[in-house]
Amino acid sequence: MALIELTGITRSYRSGKLSVDALRGIDLEIDHGELVAVMGSSGSGKSTLMNIVGCLDRATKGRYRLAGEDVSAHSRDRLASIRNRILGFVFQDFHLLPRTSARENVQIPLLYTEEPLSWNAMGARAEAALESVGLGDRMDHTPAELSGGQQQRVAIARALVTRPSVLLADEPTGNLDTRTTVEVIDMLQALNRDGLTIVMVTHEPEIARAASRIVTLRDGLVRSDRQQEPVAADALFPDLDEEEEELLGEMSAAGGVA
Amino acid sequence: MKWSALPLLAARDLRRHLLRTVLTALGIMIGIGAVITMVGLGQGARAEVEEQVNRLGQNVVLVFPGAQQLGGVSIGAGSRNTLTVESAHAIRDEIPEVIAASPEVRSQRQIVYGNRNWHTRVYGQSHDYLQIRQWPLESGEMFTEEHVANGSLVAVIGRTIVQELFEGSDPIGETIRVRGVPLTVIGVLAEKGMSLMGSVQDDIVLVPYSTAFQRISGRSHAMAYNIQVYDERSMEVAQARITDLLRERHRLGPDQENDFTVQTQQEVAEAATETSRVMTFLLASIAAISLFVGGVGIMNVMLVSVSERTREIGLRLSVGARGRDVLSQFLVESVALCLIGGIGGILVGLFATEMIARSAGWPAHFSTDAMILAVSVSGAVGLFFGFYPAWKASRLDPIEALRRE
Repeated sequence: MALIELTGITRSYRSGKLSVDALRGIDLEIDHGELVAVMGSSGSGKSTLMNIVGCLDRATKGRYRLAGEDVSAHSRDRLASIRNRILGFVFQDFHLLPRTSARENVQIPLLYTEEPLSWNAMGARAEAALESVGLGDRMDHTPAELSGGQQQRVAIARALVTRPSVLLADEPTGNLDTRTTVEVIDMLQALNRDGLTIVMVTHEPEIARAASRIVTLRDGLVRSDRQQEPVAADALFPDLDEEEEELLGEMSAAGGVA
Repeated sequence: MKWSALPLLAARDLRRHLLRTVLTALGIMIGIGAVITMVGLGQGARAEVEEQVNRLGQNVVLVFPGAQQLGGVSIGAGSRNTLTVESAHAIRDEIPEVIAASPEVRSQRQIVYGNRNWHTRVYGQSHDYLQIRQWPLESGEMFTEEHVANGSLVAVIGRTIVQELFEGSDPIGETIRVRGVPLTVIGVLAEKGMSLMGSVQDDIVLVPYSTAFQRISGRSHAMAYNIQVYDERSMEVAQARITDLLRERHRLGPDQENDFTVQTQQEVAEAATETSRVMTFLLASIAAISLFVGGVGIMNVMLVSVSERTREIGLRLSVGARGRDVLSQFLVESVALCLIGGIGGILVGLFATEMIARSAGWPAHFSTDAMILAVSVSGAVGLFFGFYPAWKASRLDPIEALRRE
């Protein structure tokens, strides 16, 4: 049985008398352990689909089974509980609380678990999550004291701290430079190798190459859905090092300022 | 959710906007300060009245000229001369529950001893006045029935007079002059302190009412009767009988209203606490208004806070916070904000109570009840005015909230 099962999902928005169909009947199954890239131009419905998969929104029609549970008609509160237990989110602009340490940021989802954890257990889980993303030495830093890549790693640690079954990443590298993008994609691939299912929205074809499957949407429908051999993160941008050398060369040519 | 996290979250967010927190709490602080002062003064005044009632004498009925005013009393408002000395005697002799009755005549006079003088109140009373008022003598004696019958030139004086005219030396046997009338001092009253009306009761000269009528006041009618009743249970009967007797003696027809007022000392005391009631009302108004305005301020600041933290709310919702978790977070924050104001208000209130009590001469009462009341009121204000912003936060759509800039 698939982890995510979408059957005939539609989503219409009503604005005045007009009804706009953002999704027009999506059938999609995602299995345990996949790394799926969802692609599409803006207006293709990929954000709407992510919101429904992420239980932040409900479909107008259709059925959504997540980990064997039909969540199509769940109340707000039950959806919140599913988001907490089964899903982890990574956003394009990180959404870390400002002036709050990395440790406390990572702890936030643990405040809302059904079985409350002790403060010690929460601290220990937050620290373990931060260590797993390589930020064991930055736990007391606030977002302002961290680089963009480090901030996104804190956000990934926050998503992992509840030990979710699915990680949903919405343009996770959208605000990062190429080098940091490679770093974050590498981390997602490593997590996927350890068994975590990842669904990632992106509009960059280079990033999508890192996935094992690419689903492309257009006008609210699945246009193509294909498996592929994932490309390793450091091979996504083969000319990265060249670019860097060029840049350095230009700088020295400009008069060896340094 | 983890409930013990709520106070920590509230503390952190309030500390982050420290100035805003303090300014917002200020309104609540003033309101709670007024509540504390109100309760403190109210209790102080009540205790003072009880003490005064006891000091006024035992089972005392007072009669004033003039009809009782609607809804209250006006003490000493009797301009009509209806109270005769004979009627006072009749009350004493004909009503079995009455054991003493003293017609009273007051006047403000300059009194002279040697080369010193002092402005004071001269009271004409009967010989049993001190018994009625339960007022002991410090030295000497009270004037007798014979002194009253003869209109003797004798006086019993209060402690203040001893201080002011005699500079503390023994006044018994000395002669003071009132309007040129020489009065021999035969007794000194024990110290009594302030009265309900705030005057010093020891600033007084007592003379036989006959002397007062003939030589000092220039009046022919009593300004009040001080009447002592046999025991407490007989008070009502005595009041009724005094009323009947006076109506009869004043020849009032059945359709005519009383031209006098009969009151127990309890009623007089209650009328005298009108001042403290007015002050209590004033403080209650200040408290109500400032708590309301303060509450509106809290609501305003919480709305700003919710709008500033929309993205945070969106993040919390997306990682599994339910509507009620967000609701509790903001409610706890507004309650905490009000409690800060409440605690500040208790301090302000205690200070204000002390100051007012000192200047009004009341004892200040600090009760834990008032503090519990203050804390609950401020908590309630926080709940009431914090609810709408918190509810608004809890209803946010996570997708919209995350997208907000």
